Amino acid sequence: MMNRSLTLKVLSAVILFGAWEIAGHIPVSFAFPTFLESMGALMRMMGDGTMLDAYAETLRPLAVGIAISAFLGIALGIWVGLSRFFDWLFSPIFIVMQAAPLAALIPLLVLAYGIGLTSKVLVVCIMAMPVIVLNTAGAVRNTPDSIKEMGRSYLATDLDVILKIIIPAASPVIFAGLRLGISAGFIGAILAELKITPTGVGDIITYSRSIADYPSMYAAIFSIILLAVLFLNLLERIEAVLFKGNQRGYASD
Amino acid sequence: MPQTSAETGTGATEDTAFEIAVSTRNISKNFGDVEALNDLSLEFPLGQLTSLLGPSGCGKTTLLKIIAGLLEPTSGEVEVNGQKVTGPGPDRAFVFQDFALLPWASVIRNVAFGLELRGVARSEREAVAESYIKQVGLAGFENAYPHELSGGMRQRVGLARALAVDAEVLLMDEPFSAVDEQTRRKFQEDLLGLVQNQNKTFIFVTHSIEEAVYVSDQVAILLPRPSRVSEIIRPSSFRGKGVDNIRRDPEYLDIVDEIWTSLRRYVE
Repeated sequence: MMNRSLTLKVLSAVILFGAWEIAGHIPVSFAFPTFLESMGALMRMMGDGTMLDAYAETLRPLAVGIAISAFLGIALGIWVGLSRFFDWLFSPIFIVMQAAPLAALIPLLVLAYGIGLTSKVLVVCIMAMPVIVLNTAGAVRNTPDSIKEMGRSYLATDLDVILKIIIPAASPVIFAGLRLGISAGFIGAILAELKITPTGVGDIITYSRSIADYPSMYAAIFSIILLAVLFLNLLERIEAVLFKGNQRGYASD
Repeated sequence: MPQTSAETGTGATEDTAFEIAVSTRNISKNFGDVEALNDLSLEFPLGQLTSLLGPSGCGKTTLLKIIAGLLEPTSGEVEVNGQKVTGPGPDRAFVFQDFALLPWASVIRNVAFGLELRGVARSEREAVAESYIKQVGLAGFENAYPHELSGGMRQRVGLARALAVDAEVLLMDEPFSAVDEQTRRKFQEDLLGLVQNQNKTFIFVTHSIEEAVYVSDQVAILLPRPSRVSEIIRPSSFRGKGVDNIRRDPEYLDIVDEIWTSLRRYVE
């Protein structure tokens, strides 16, 4: 089965990249390079260290922002899910945050926090955190009553119920929220570099576009998508290791 | 002939003095404006199986959860071995209708979960769990996950979990209603063996008349609106005749009929 899924993954990549290559040859637009040109540019930038420097810059707000969003987001989400009062207090903030047109608000952030790391971390957090908090809260709230009751009848303390029942039960949805949140965080990191100050990968994109070096621009975009996909796969592995029995659904199916 | 007593309260101890393991006194329970139980008193003899039987809405599960300490009665009190119940305790273990297994935990962790919550060391609790897994006939499935098991096997896990904590009182909330008919018959036979060998007190909620009469030493018939114990029936003659002969014993058939006659008008 593993082989079949691997074959399918490779096949879909081949079809996608093939279509890209053909579209580049037609060409769809003067500004749309072929797949091979883009990969060539990617190799070149990886070879001369441009990419490495760019990621050293980009990964900082990204890593900090995602770490804050994940830990604070899950903690807040659990809290919001457990208490009606905190639900009332916090949920609206995150719902507004999720719906807000962030790009339009970036000037306000810059006004308040300058053009440094803080603003960029905030952009990543605003993108990543709402879905993590809201998913976690929803999952915690929807823990089946019967297993909580089971825990209490077997003498679980409140902390036991949270740690050994509610969190594991909520974990599939928490992880789904993490996946969505982290991909939004990647978007946020690039958005910050495009809108606040051009640094790192955002700088490559902006600069290459300004000198019409489209292969490099697409190479940079491709690399960030690739990184996001790899990271999300890693997250899936972590989930599979931590909560093995969740993989195939619930006992109450 | 079956001995029946039409009065509530001390009915069970009227003829023979059983040692009482669990007693509920004047229990009332309201959910908002809805009255689930009203001034209900009942006694459960030690080492025997008592069924709570009645139409839906008669409060039998509510009563069981009050005995478990999962629900607080609006008034009245429950005593287990002379101790007043104030919440869940180590003297009672619960078997759930929907099994209530942890889907992310293996069979052995599920069975050992009660012990885990009591802080028993891992190797020790897994040894205990393993022996109960064997006893309920699930040897070889220790590392399986609940979703890989059939309904009947899942309830065996639930039963093993309840046995593993070695509580004196086993509370079973319609434990066999979610498993198929054949498995249910096997469970009922196994339950009779369990009652005989374990020296535990069983309180068994069911909506099946046949099941209640088949497995019980004492059947308490609960009626709704207002919720009350209408009758306590103690089957007397067929218990010793072997599991294969119970279902065609005349007394068994008579009691089933009699209960149906009194319940019929409460079923919409």
